[in-house]
Amino acid sequence: MRFKSMLKASALALAFAVPVTLAGMAEAKTFRFANDGDLGSMDPYYRNETFSLTVLNNVYEGLFRRKPDLTIEASLAESWSQPNPTTWRFNLRKGVKFQDGTPFTADDVVFSINRAATPPSNMVGYFASFQEVKKVDDYTVDYITKFPDPLIPDNLAYIFIMSKAWAEKHGAQKATDLTKPTEENYATRNANGTGPFTLKSREPNSRTTFARNADWWDKSAKTNVTEVNFSVVSNAATRTAALLSGEVDMVYTVPPQDVERISRNPGTKILQTAETRVVYLGFDQSRDELLESNIKGKNPFKDARVREAFYRAIDIEAIKSRVMRGQATPTALMVAPGVRGYSKTLDVRPKHDVALSKKLLADAGYPNGFEVGLDCPNDRYVNDEAICQAVTAMLARAGVKVNLNAQTRTKYFAKILGPGYTTSFFMLGWAPATVDSHNAFLNLIQTRSAEKKTGTFNVGGYSNPKFDELADKIAQETDDAKRSAMIAEATRIYVDDFAYIPLHAQALIWAVRDNIEIAQYADNEMPWRHIVVK
Amino acid sequence: MQITVRFLDTFRRAADSDIYFSFRSSRLVMLAASVTAVYFLAAIFAPLIAPQNPFDLASLQLLDAFTPPVWMEGGDWRFPLGADDQGRDVLSTIMYGSRISLAVGFLAVLLAMLIGIAAGLVSGYFGGTVDAVIMRIADVQLSFPAILIALLIDGVTRGVVPKEEHDKIAFFVLILAIGLSLWVQYARTVRGSVMVEKNKEYVQAARVIGIPPALILVRHVLPNVMGPVLVISTINLAIAIITEATLSFLGVGAPPTTPSLGTLIRVGNNFIFSGEWWICIFPGFVLATLVLAVNLLGDWLRDALNPKLR
Repeated sequence: MRFKSMLKASALALAFAVPVTLAGMAEAKTFRFANDGDLGSMDPYYRNETFSLTVLNNVYEGLFRRKPDLTIEASLAESWSQPNPTTWRFNLRKGVKFQDGTPFTADDVVFSINRAATPPSNMVGYFASFQEVKKVDDYTVDYITKFPDPLIPDNLAYIFIMSKAWAEKHGAQKATDLTKPTEENYATRNANGTGPFTLKSREPNSRTTFARNADWWDKSAKTNVTEVNFSVVSNAATRTAALLSGEVDMVYTVPPQDVERISRNPGTKILQTAETRVVYLGFDQSRDELLESNIKGKNPFKDARVREAFYRAIDIEAIKSRVMRGQATPTALMVAPGVRGYSKTLDVRPKHDVALSKKLLADAGYPNGFEVGLDCPNDRYVNDEAICQAVTAMLARAGVKVNLNAQTRTKYFAKILGPGYTTSFFMLGWAPATVDSHNAFLNLIQTRSAEKKTGTFNVGGYSNPKFDELADKIAQETDDAKRSAMIAEATRIYVDDFAYIPLHAQALIWAVRDNIEIAQYADNEMPWRHIVVK
Repeated sequence: MQITVRFLDTFRRAADSDIYFSFRSSRLVMLAASVTAVYFLAAIFAPLIAPQNPFDLASLQLLDAFTPPVWMEGGDWRFPLGADDQGRDVLSTIMYGSRISLAVGFLAVLLAMLIGIAAGLVSGYFGGTVDAVIMRIADVQLSFPAILIALLIDGVTRGVVPKEEHDKIAFFVLILAIGLSLWVQYARTVRGSVMVEKNKEYVQAARVIGIPPALILVRHVLPNVMGPVLVISTINLAIAIITEATLSFLGVGAPPTTPSLGTLIRVGNNFIFSGEWWICIFPGFVLATLVLAVNLLGDWLRDALNPKLR
């Protein structure tokens, strides 16, 4: 009886639902995509991470944006000029409105840049040359730098503009601290940008939906998408199944093992290009005693021989062929091919040699190896946990016992990033937002300094004064030949120091259904303004 | 000599018993028993008979990863059932994995049994308010599925204990979570039996001669209610094993460093689309047949011990 009445009810519901969906289908185009991890927050300065930023970039916009070939174009800044080497003048676009209806003016730009440049914002690394920002009139802003910095538009492309009035009204004047994952403010779950999409609903770690912003200023965009559904599907096989069955239109992080299946399957295809991201391992070289190790009273990683031993213990070709299924390019550098300053001649990895590893460890005073914890994400980079497991086994052969702690990106970033940097040995990946080597030098390799805004992501605390000096010079050098020579010299320094263990540049793989037209950016950006659903 | 005679005597009596007869008369039960025995022995003696120790990271070679089972092209006798994504022998990981699954299963059932029996004895013997309170708690818990309670307990421990520590205690958390989700059945059954037994003459006699209630419960009542408890335990063992596998499959059970059958299935599931089916299918087959065999044994035991059904 009960079952029957339920049946009746559902039949009724269906009868009503079907005509409604059919009527709506004529124009409503929904784009559904899945990824293994979630964005950290709706706050655009919470986490300097490609996936979070590229999703938020559809709600918020910067003064500049990138075209599919990664060159810079005007966004909220209609035009710009450089009256003198340390001043940039931005002429703002007029008639732009935030999604809550307030007009966009110079005050919002000044507010946003200051908010982004002030800790606990995670974006301070983009402001190493920043002196101050001044409002000239309602639609003109001057950006003053400490020294001539040719990369200002590149740096500001990821600094999204928030509404000053909105932030103040809701008490979100400061960014939240990513090392305190429970800290929230209004901007964590709400968003108000100028971009083509508005935030419709947000369920962290599950689903986030966006609706088209009909008032968006850029009428030239070719997208026909009216709604975007983003779901978090952490299981690799489930994600692939969702794509194959048509439950989602696109998968952002594709499991390498499923690439072949997806490209063979009628109705789905693989988009692939070389990504500018290098995945690497780093060591805590700053503390006098490691946090997670059985060696007390000293830090083995301060000894370059130990770092070299770790480096040589890793069989990168095995990782490439088995874990990555060929979809990676092993590298010895912290920047990938395609980034300004990458050098083919310097990109030579020290040979994989377990016997030498053991000898180096013995020479350094650890004939029986030692024990150390390895921090690793399990939903950030392609097959990240599998890589870490493989590394754990490879180091075991050299006598080092690695305790792997693989966790979801939110918890992982909160643990290893500054200001705490509570890790001894970690995996991280970096794609220079400016597509230039100096960005990696400044953020990853220069000595940590809150005042100079350098080394924000130098999680291991590597420090070499010679390198710092060179990197500072590179920042100000405008002559291309001299700059390249200095980049090469700096590269030699960190490579010879075994400052990091670069692993590989991962191939950038997206999977889409055939009816989706999408622009694939080599830095893994995915602006929805290019998406057409057929 | 004396001992041998007594042993033989016990053996003969066991062979003559109804239970043994009903065991012998069903091929299916005998098959189930042998399957269970094989799995138990393989799990217990895994360190001695497994071709490889999958926990010894130094013995793994990443280049062996994804080796197919021996009968397929590219197979290798070092990996009879193939190798997984880290180059571990699937057969060995199954043997070591079922150790964890079985250990969690047994200990969880033991825990549930201890809690359930204690609650049931007290509740049935004393009655009144004590009985009402315990049974209402049991009723509330019965309205939730066991897996939900296990997830809840696991989730709470995860919130309280940091990740690095959690991996170390994951084994015990699993036992606690599953054990706490299964006690109700014992409590109810034992309570029922105790209520029948407590009015019988032997209990009254014991009470009259002044034996304290605790002693009456343990020495006199308990032995008479153990039959149903044993039956429940066998069936619960299967439930506990499958619950553990479900939790591990969902990623909240045994960590990948010490994989149980459920963890192995979860890891193998990632490769189901890419053609490396052996990483997932073999642990899945073992889990399914193990649970089926234990369930069949439990069913048979219930029939054999319950005179009313005959």
